[in-house]
Amino acid sequence: MDFQISISGFVAIYLFMLAAFAGWVIIGRVPAILHTPLMSGSNFVHGIVVVGGIYALLNAVTMQEQVLGFFAVLFGAGNAAGGYAVTDRMLAMFQTSAHPIAHAKHGTVKSIHAKKAKAH
Amino acid sequence: MDSLHHFLTMLPQSVIGAADLAAAFLFLYGLHRMSSPVTAPSGIFLAGAGMIVAVLASFLYGFDVSAAARPNLSVNLGLVVIALAIGSSLAWWAGRTVAMTAMPQMVAIYNGLGGGAAGAIAAVELFHNKTPGMTTLIVTLCGALIGAVSMSGSLIAWAKLDGMIKQPLRFKGQQLFNALVLIATLAFGGFLVMATQSSATPVLSIPSSIYLFFALALALGVFMTLPIGGADMPVVISIFNAFTGLAVGLEGFVLQNPALMIAGMVVGAAGLLLTLLMAKAMNRSVANVIFTNFGDIKKQKPGAIKGSLKPMAPGDAGIAMRYAKSVIIVPGYGLAVAQGQGKLYEFVKLLQAGGVDVKFAVHPVAGRMPGQMDVLLAEAGVPYDLIFQLDDINEQFATTDVALVIGANDVVNPAARSDKSSPIFGMPILNTYQAKKVFVVKRGEGKGYAGIVNALFYGDNCDMVYGDAQAVLIKMIEAVRGLGLPAVAGKSK
Repeated sequence: MDFQISISGFVAIYLFMLAAFAGWVIIGRVPAILHTPLMSGSNFVHGIVVVGGIYALLNAVTMQEQVLGFFAVLFGAGNAAGGYAVTDRMLAMFQTSAHPIAHAKHGTVKSIHAKKAKAH
Repeated sequence: MDSLHHFLTMLPQSVIGAADLAAAFLFLYGLHRMSSPVTAPSGIFLAGAGMIVAVLASFLYGFDVSAAARPNLSVNLGLVVIALAIGSSLAWWAGRTVAMTAMPQMVAIYNGLGGGAAGAIAAVELFHNKTPGMTTLIVTLCGALIGAVSMSGSLIAWAKLDGMIKQPLRFKGQQLFNALVLIATLAFGGFLVMATQSSATPVLSIPSSIYLFFALALALGVFMTLPIGGADMPVVISIFNAFTGLAVGLEGFVLQNPALMIAGMVVGAAGLLLTLLMAKAMNRSVANVIFTNFGDIKKQKPGAIKGSLKPMAPGDAGIAMRYAKSVIIVPGYGLAVAQGQGKLYEFVKLLQAGGVDVKFAVHPVAGRMPGQMDVLLAEAGVPYDLIFQLDDINEQFATTDVALVIGANDVVNPAARSDKSSPIFGMPILNTYQAKKVFVVKRGEGKGYAGIVNALFYGDNCDMVYGDAQAVLIKMIEAVRGLGLPAVAGKSK
């Protein structure tokens, strides 16, 4: 059972291409109203760089590598934690008028509401 | 016994692999759930869970360090814990306390941190691995360059958005200068590739070339961002977000970590898409934003506009809206500067109680980053089903009684449609001029960010309400309350 992987040459390019395509398609569906949390959310996702920093620091041999690795982890952790904090905070603010925690799509909520108003 | 030993040495690798796979899936699924305000909070939560799983699993790398690094392991583990604790607690605290108006700066800082982390990893790899393969070395250097540019550029963007750097710094031959810095950086990169591949003693020692390479890359980020004006910052933040993603993806390849490769490239593509959307909303190409100086376009001839500015008292405008059937509000950054969002929603609730149909129309470039105005309105409690984007609401202005423009200017300037000589010609605008009546709340008679006269303000259907947005809204609320009209049944909430 060997899980050691080696990603090289075209396999790496395939991986990059598929990831880029997935990112393009997924992000293309996000409505403009959510573009700020989306930006901070995708900002949070590249905070995964902290994992690379941990790897580099654990394997550091010289003092120079330790210092650079320390900053890699420090910065990466800041990126991840900060990105999460602001995204979560912003998303909690978005509420609908009909039901504060509505599970229906907002279009249907709105049209029902509009009909009620006319009836009166 | 042998197979058990083999299993035990492979176990950490397998756990890390499984954790990173889970993280990559949770990032994609989490971002996917961000396509609706209803599912978005759970989306970011799932992505956060992925991050925690990946970070915890990465401690298992400690079981598999090289022989040379083994004596340092306990110290290095301690450093990892300290760096994680300091970095995440400071950033968390900053993220929880920052004002929503300061969000663009905050995102710029976090983004710069990510770019810096990618650059630092590249530096460790360059110093650590004395005999890398050609491909690995080139990819490491590309990631280092992009990460370093993103870091220093984001810091300049932060300083600009925070008002620390007020004026764009421009000088003659700046683009040539920047091109030379880029060429010099690439030359050092090329030198590093050749020096490590050949056995001859290089002219310049490899460590000092690495330092110079990073110094030049950081300088490039600074010089690239300094000349760009404040109004173009949404595009710039978006570009650097894509840059950091790309740098993380490339360093993921160097470290042979597919989670970094996937997450980085997803963000790279996302950042590119957002950059193009923003540039389109400003009717400019991305190259135009980076390379041309917006303020340099020759000023409009005076006297080209007929009509006059007609001032109106805030109370009168408020009462006129109370008797209207429909009102569309166009909020701009001036509203956020005056911290008037809360009062605006209070006024909107008064109008709604009186049976007025109120909607918000948000331009893509309202605010200092894409979608910032939506967040500011959401913060004030405005339900998102009242908030409409440009394409969804633009046709409704013609059948609307009142368009209320607060702290916005260029995004409602009809010159973008009619005047070919205008610097904003071709930019999509909100059709407020088609409304039966337009009220514009403005601090004074000054021009907008682009410094262009706005013909809308001189139109026959437009009245100007001068003053600070919050103060004006308080007067409007008082005037409508003063009418003492009863709430219309069924409409009040």
